[in-house]
Amino acid sequence: MPRAFTPKVVTANALLEGDAVWLTEDNRWTRDMREAELITDEAHADLRLLEGQARVDEIAGAYLADAKAGPEGPEPTHFREDFRTRGPSNYDHGKQADHASRA
Amino acid sequence: MYKYNDFDEGFVRSRVAQFRGQVERRIDGSLTEDEFKPLRLMNGLYLQLHAYMLRVAIPYGTLNSGQMRQLAFIADKWDKGYGHFTTRQNIQYNWPKLPDVPDMLEALADVEMHAIQTSGNTIRNVTADHFAGAAADEIEDPRPYAELLRQWSTDHAEFQFLPRKFKIAVTGAAEDRAVVRAHDIGLQIVRNDAGEVGFQVIVGGGLGRTPMVGKVIKDFLPKEDLLPYCEAIVSVYNLLGRRDNKYKARIKITVHENGLEKIQELVEERFAAIREDFIGYDQDLLKDIKKAFAAPDFAQKSTDGYEAARAANPAFRSWTDTNLSAHRAEGYAIVSVSIKKHGATPGDATSDQMRVLADLAQQYGHDELRISHEQNVIFPHVHKSDLPAIYAALREADLATANIGLVSDIIACPGMDYCALATARSIPIAQEIATRFDELKIEHDIGALKIKISGCINACGHHHVGHIGILGLDRAGVENYQITLGGDGTQTTTIGTRAGPGFSAEEIVPAIERLVTGYLDLRENPEETFLEAYRRLGMEPFKAILYPAEEKADAA
Ligand code: HEM
Ligand code: SF4
Repeated sequence: MPRAFTPKVVTANALLEGDAVWLTEDNRWTRDMREAELITDEAHADLRLLEGQARVDEIAGAYLADAKAGPEGPEPTHFREDFRTRGPSNYDHGKQADHASRA
Repeated sequence: MYKYNDFDEGFVRSRVAQFRGQVERRIDGSLTEDEFKPLRLMNGLYLQLHAYMLRVAIPYGTLNSGQMRQLAFIADKWDKGYGHFTTRQNIQYNWPKLPDVPDMLEALADVEMHAIQTSGNTIRNVTADHFAGAAADEIEDPRPYAELLRQWSTDHAEFQFLPRKFKIAVTGAAEDRAVVRAHDIGLQIVRNDAGEVGFQVIVGGGLGRTPMVGKVIKDFLPKEDLLPYCEAIVSVYNLLGRRDNKYKARIKITVHENGLEKIQELVEERFAAIREDFIGYDQDLLKDIKKAFAAPDFAQKSTDGYEAARAANPAFRSWTDTNLSAHRAEGYAIVSVSIKKHGATPGDATSDQMRVLADLAQQYGHDELRISHEQNVIFPHVHKSDLPAIYAALREADLATANIGLVSDIIACPGMDYCALATARSIPIAQEIATRFDELKIEHDIGALKIKISGCINACGHHHVGHIGILGLDRAGVENYQITLGGDGTQTTTIGTRAGPGFSAEEIVPAIERLVTGYLDLRENPEETFLEAYRRLGMEPFKAILYPAEEKADAA
């Protein structure tokens, strides 16, 4: 039996800086996952991934990551994706600080 | 130290120029990521979880103060003010921006450094005993041979697309500080019955998902056969190594699947065929290289001041007890500077710390520094009379932690805090363990104990050869940590044994604490190390400590 489709976001690394980025509904790459487009339809997810992947001069390594709806927008469901929203846990390297101030 | 000749200089500069063009074409969109990736990897540039990462080679872990200062300069100018020293004697920068990388490589070239072959399926940075040229127990300095191997392997046309990456380590001492038995080729300088000096050659060691201890393929290799013999090994591997499955591609699997005898036979055959192509040019080169590694002029000075400082200052004495090793010259010591302050990230040094280390090496250490595979920094040649001044400066810079070889001197891979391949974090676990044992104040009582942590099965953190190894895994979407016991990375290399089910992130530090304090009760006397106690008692008593009966009953 095919597995039920779980909601996704399109994510990648920014080409110049390497930061984790997410694709928004209005086709921007955002550094704040809560602005990402949460995709609940599988065919639409595949299409958005292809569109994201095609933007080779902006990002590298686009893929679909599991996510869920939160009060302020999409949230990660797996710890790996959670770490990608923040940055490393041993230093405060900016992204965490931004995240905390907006949370 | 080896000094670049015009050829070396030109070669490194041309590679920088070439990569600059490739980066430009990636940024303007004329190269896709798929096209660019192999090119960036050829220059040590990875794309990690949150950023790019540049891995810079520090051949056989040796550098001078000018090079160390340049590493600090690069950290300040193009990264976030720190660098990460690794178990392969490299330094990694965790935050470079793609457009800056050619400038970083240019800055490295200015001090005869580069990032060539720090990635990809090639012969990687050749590593060596970090006490090379200084250790009291050494037969001969292994670094001239490591440099010869580097020159031979760099851009070696036949070996740019091996089935998998290939790692060589060299040691010149009986006590193995280079983990030669966990490398694709391990070379140990030995003396034969006739008193001649040559190499014992070991192949097929490795960590990763199928850890194996290397096997002796040649008991005694005459020195002048080093390059043709290594070339024979690598070409046999290049031919036989499995390219169908990257998890089975390392030479350890080739040796395992074909048998040592068959590999030996093929290597001898190939060696016989190519021996005469090496017509002595390599030996002339070696003579020049050797001159560059001549030992410094050691001074004859009194050590009275050192003894007086030891007697007067218990903190200094404790540091000298743990962080010094025996030097071959009278009145000298080898200093290991711990980059493992309790609670800090193992192997990370700030640019200010790098500059302090550079200044001290220049002033007191014959301008030499080493990076150890245990992620610490070494001053190989220090006169004991200079130690009080060095210690005072290290204290100022937060670098005087007296924990070399102790429970908090943990090797930890970057894990999921940086690494795209990780399945769990390593650094916070290392930080918590070190902090906990510092609070307990029993570190010195515990004595020699090596804890090593990896954030995935690739085993960059050497967990298989840790007395206590910790492997981070993803178990149903949460971090889980598996413990192995009894590993050993020295001349008696042993792969650790799994103790049982893993522990959650919250449980792992208490579990390690139970294990280590349990050992204090189990040991015969304070001289019996954790590893010796484990070897005497076996797994059972340690398992009982890790998994107390009531927990088992609860789970049932
Ligand atoms: C963060 C970027 C890193 C990546 C992507 C990475 C990747 C890998 C991979 C894929 C392997 C397994 C190779 C195989 O068995 O074929 C491996 C092994 C290894 N890596 Fe790393 N690594 C990274 C960082 C490090 C660091 C920081 C160190 C040192 C602290 C290190 C040292 C090693 C060692 C010692 C091994 C196992 C030795 C062996 O080859 O058997 N790596 N690494
Ligand atoms: S062991 Fe795994 S997680 Fe750690 S650095 Fe190596 S590849 Fe990354």
